[in-house]
Amino acid sequence: MEPILELKDVYSSYGSIKALKGISLKVFPGEIVAIIGANGAGKSTTLMATCGIVPIDKGDILYQGKSISGLMAEKLPIMGLCQVPEGRRIFPRLTVHENLELGAFYRKDRAGIEKDMERVYDLFPVLRDRTKQQGGTLSGGEQQMLAIARALMTRPKVLLMDEPSLGLAPLIVQRIFDIIHDVNESEGMTILLVEQNANLALQAAQRGYVLETGTVTMEDDADKLLHNEEIRKAYLGE
Amino acid sequence: MDYFIQQFINGITLGGLYALIALGYTMVYGVIQLINFAHGEFFAAGGYVGVIVLSYLTGLGLLETHPVLCLTASFALTMAYCAFLAVGVEKVAYKPLRKQSRLAALLSALGMSIFLSNGLMLTQGVYDKAYPSELFQGMIQVGGITISYLQIMILCMTGVLLVCLNTLVFKTKIGMAMRATAQDKIMSSLVSISSNRIISLTFAIGAGLAAAAGIMVGLYYGSVRYDMGFLPGIKAFAAAVLGGIGNITGAMLGGLIIGMVEVFGAGYISGEYKDVFAFIILIAVLYFKPTGIMGENIDDTRV
Repeated sequence: MEPILELKDVYSSYGSIKALKGISLKVFPGEIVAIIGANGAGKSTTLMATCGIVPIDKGDILYQGKSISGLMAEKLPIMGLCQVPEGRRIFPRLTVHENLELGAFYRKDRAGIEKDMERVYDLFPVLRDRTKQQGGTLSGGEQQMLAIARALMTRPKVLLMDEPSLGLAPLIVQRIFDIIHDVNESEGMTILLVEQNANLALQAAQRGYVLETGTVTMEDDADKLLHNEEIRKAYLGE
Repeated sequence: MDYFIQQFINGITLGGLYALIALGYTMVYGVIQLINFAHGEFFAAGGYVGVIVLSYLTGLGLLETHPVLCLTASFALTMAYCAFLAVGVEKVAYKPLRKQSRLAALLSALGMSIFLSNGLMLTQGVYDKAYPSELFQGMIQVGGITISYLQIMILCMTGVLLVCLNTLVFKTKIGMAMRATAQDKIMSSLVSISSNRIISLTFAIGAGLAAAAGIMVGLYYGSVRYDMGFLPGIKAFAAAVLGGIGNITGAMLGGLIIGMVEVFGAGYISGEYKDVFAFIILIAVLYFKPTGIMGENIDDTRV
């Protein structure tokens, strides 16, 4: 099977700091893939480079078999590549409803948008009670739900998620991972998940990559990584 | 009392014009955090294109037969011209510097202002250019208060433009995209909004409004001059700061306040100091409340 998303030896830097030093990874249609690693390993940069926000110096990024490196970032959501970024990045002074509408910014199918709106409100009922409230006034958990809901409004084929569990209460984290599992299961949405919480990520994913200082040091089935001695010591706190 | 009401009406007229110019400053600042010091030149260019179009139409004899049509056409042409001019200025002078320090773009804006103002001087001459005076002669007299037809036209036009802008920014999808871009450019590109297009649109709208103000000031005072952009530009900037730079409602409010203070200051204190009041306000705001009346604290927006 062809990978839907593939990074080939990708290098990227912020000024003189080399953030990515030859990242290669593959994501196949319908998979959940986890990227784990410590702070500063280059996990977020990998996602930002994939989305065209951080320019790459070398290498190539393929989406559905075609190179997307060098495309303007705003073209990618239209092609079905979408991100729930680190820190959620809710538009703070737009209402919940407006945030969701912007998720569907490029879409012209009014009826489809209405339907998807209903669907995300069903997935996250707490948002329905807050449609007129400004995004910035939501709690952390609600903002994370809104960020995911906004991304779903884009109708992604591949969803990149950066630290969806960060700073959230365990119960809410559970709820969010249930939803990740749901959209993957029911719609076959491909998900590339970046997490510091390696345990959680590897339980949700089918395959995993371990990043260290800008390079992939290990890749394997999630189960195997979960039971790997080194990984357990380094990332699972044992 | 009549005198007070008279001044109040004059104040609203002038304040509305300042508000139109101030919007350009505040919208551009909202989207790219740049004080566009060349903005006053779009206002001046508007005054000139307006007088050129109106004089041409007068020459054809159309102004007497179809005054409303002529006025509409000159507003439309002038606003479109200045919108394109502003988009060009952004592409040439600001876009290449977007990744540089904010100071670089600011200096570029100052340079652009000098360039445009001198361009106007070289092509149009250093002397005042008179507006056709046949338009909107006559006035309404109520008690001791006079309102000229011209003032009524200016008030209506300003009101219409402000309502249109509000609708565009707060009720339409593209307006929502503008607000989103102002709040978080990276996230807005992640939802497929092109920030380049939004930035161009912002410059175009801001300059269009300033251009409309340029024609109205030309009509109101009867003439235009190549350096007419400077003082109203700075006063409108003061208005934008007073309202809270980046805030659209604030710019409208700030414009009205500056206009009022100027007219009342001139009327009750001294006409000689008319230009000073706006700057007193600017200094006081910067000293006591730099975020302005409606300014938001930009740092607390992310969790």
